[in-house]
Amino acid sequence: MPAPRTSLPSTVAAIARVVVLEALRGRVAWLVAAALAVGLGLAAFSSRIAITETREIAAAVLGAWLRLAAVFVVALFVATSVLREQADKGMELVLALPLPRGAWLAGRLAGYAVVALATAAACGALVTLHAPLAAALAWGVTLACELLLVSALAVLCLLTVSQAPAGLGAVFAFYALARSMDAIRLMAANPLAAGEGAAGAWVGRVLEAIAFLLPDLHRFARTEWLVAGHAAPGDVGWALAQCAIYLPLLVAAALFDLERKVP
Amino acid sequence: MRPGRAASVRPLSRVSRATIVLLVATLAVQLAWHAARPGLEARYRPLGPPPSAASLRLLSLGESALMSRLLSLWLQAHDTQPGMSVPLARLDYARVEDWLARALELDPDSRYPLLAATRIYAAVADPARQRRMLEFVHRRFLEAPDARWRWMAEAAIIAKHRLRDLPLALRYARAITEHARAAPAWARDMTVVVLEDMGELEAARLLVGGLLHGGALKDPHEIRFLERKLEELEARRAAGG
Repeated sequence: MPAPRTSLPSTVAAIARVVVLEALRGRVAWLVAAALAVGLGLAAFSSRIAITETREIAAAVLGAWLRLAAVFVVALFVATSVLREQADKGMELVLALPLPRGAWLAGRLAGYAVVALATAAACGALVTLHAPLAAALAWGVTLACELLLVSALAVLCLLTVSQAPAGLGAVFAFYALARSMDAIRLMAANPLAAGEGAAGAWVGRVLEAIAFLLPDLHRFARTEWLVAGHAAPGDVGWALAQCAIYLPLLVAAALFDLERKVP
Repeated sequence: MRPGRAASVRPLSRVSRATIVLLVATLAVQLAWHAARPGLEARYRPLGPPPSAASLRLLSLGESALMSRLLSLWLQAHDTQPGMSVPLARLDYARVEDWLARALELDPDSRYPLLAATRIYAAVADPARQRRMLEFVHRRFLEAPDARWRWMAEAAIIAKHRLRDLPLALRYARAITEHARAAPAWARDMTVVVLEDMGELEAARLLVGGLLHGGALKDPHEIRFLERKLEELEARRAAGG
């Protein structure tokens, strides 16, 4: 009897479900809960030692900590998940099946997106303890965008290098560069030492070229929104647009790499 | 044998046209998006008030000496912000003084805050700001004269040569003479030099006489120098100079 044929969307959904189950069994929720608890503790501690602007200091400490912790947890989970898939030969099996490689990638990314969105939602809910709802909402939405980008970036890097140290190193280096690129460009454009000559000009050009290829992550999930209690109307829209542009680019690059892999 | 990179990837021709189009199109959109962004603008962030000493001690987990130096370095780096070098004259000197005081409070033995006050922040081309820094050094000198006399001596020199305010230089020099027993002879005798510059020969003569007969001097070289100075002053007084 021929095997029943499954539709592409149901295949993608099944792969995504496996990823979510993997996150649940891998205690990712516990890790996120621990990060939230540490954030609460840090916020309480910093607001106790502050002599003024207690709410603002607690909001800033909590926001900055949760953002970094969320990026770390999501990147780590995605990296280990992709590596495990490769080590268990699960990916090789999928590549050998008469299934579009894009479906496998879409399923994995959809699963990672669920984990990223759940993490961002938990972090966003927690910052409402120290920030107005509108600011927390803007912060949480842009954090979700940032985590989606980090997930896709981790998939791309781990598919490309297939080694945990190099892959995770690439993810965190890319993330740090994307968050600090504007400050680096400003410093390069206005050197403190005069007369740097041609070398300085070349450094500036190279930095400008790199900046073209990076998303402006420093404009996502900004602590100053939590401190001020509001985000400018265009800020969230800007982050959403950047995410909508850069996420397909990362997915396309990952798909390109995946299509070149030998089963 | 481990296969090489060329063997582990399929040729480019195996990549679907749709994937290549998607990659090129999304890359083009990202480049266009970045190009359409408004240009960067460096913005000055003013100096805020320093955290309380108790908070800093807690944050440093008891490493107050380390925190004191980190505070000094942070303050020093404040005038170099991304994209701009902030002129000293633009800094809020009341805040600068607060930060220096906090660093000194965390580690009274640190030389960094007083050095920064005399050599960095007193170098500003604004007499009011210079005086503020010198007064800060004077107040802190009085808390520990034997440990901090050299910064007081620098303040006296700045008052004399840069501000050309001899009464102020005399006040600082006199503070060393009166309070800093551990200061070397040249620093304690600065008062005499300033009095001479001011034409106060009689006051200089009295001061040198007081130092010589006060019994506090032990160094024979200093005693000889002051005796010679006293003879010189008396000769000038006799000559009517």
